[in-house]
Amino acid sequence: MTIRVQREDFDIAAEVDALKRASNATGGVVTFIGVVRDNDGLSSLTLEHYPGMTEREIGAHVAEAKSRWPLTGVTVIHRIGRLQVGDNIVLVAVTSAHRQAAFAAAEFLMDYVKTRAPFWKQEQRGDSTKWVNSTEQDQEAAIRWLKD
Amino acid sequence: MTVLYFAWARQKLGVSGERLELPAGVRSVRDLASHLSNRNATWSDVFSDLSSLRTAVNQEHVSWDAPITANDEIAFFPPVTGG
Repeated sequence: MTIRVQREDFDIAAEVDALKRASNATGGVVTFIGVVRDNDGLSSLTLEHYPGMTEREIGAHVAEAKSRWPLTGVTVIHRIGRLQVGDNIVLVAVTSAHRQAAFAAAEFLMDYVKTRAPFWKQEQRGDSTKWVNSTEQDQEAAIRWLKD
Repeated sequence: MTVLYFAWARQKLGVSGERLELPAGVRSVRDLASHLSNRNATWSDVFSDLSSLRTAVNQEHVSWDAPITANDEIAFFPPVTGG
């Protein structure tokens, strides 16, 4: 498994290729890429995180995903610093012998990255800045995995 | 102990972290938050309403009643908004 927090962009093709080459048992790759969207005149986003805890928290959820589904590989890369509209924010890539496990695990991991990994977004619109509030919708998306 | 602040808590307080001796009578994260809120109006503003904050001890999410000791790393931050 690969977990990285970095300022620079990631190369999606290279990450998928590395996952494919890591295991002959892989029959499918599911990727989710989060992107900065133009939300109400947004000019940029700045992301900060809690070094150490971020990697631990994502690592714990990757371990849980591996115990719940038969995965052959997982890559999670999250960017920090200032990002512009259209920039990549996060990559979750999951491989498995069959698609169902990979789709489910990718969704599970994204729901937990959004609600448990210690990242915070600040939005810039012109000269004004605002910290983004967490949403009820994201909390509910993560909670549903507890009901299984 | 080490105490860390993130996002708007860090910004309002003007500090990202500090080293502290465990204050007398402080046993839980809630006690520490209450102790910090007594520093001045800015600290009181950040720590008066714990419903807008979350906390971690030694890099794990915990509830406000989690116990703390002299060598712990405590963090205060708003609900996370990554992804």
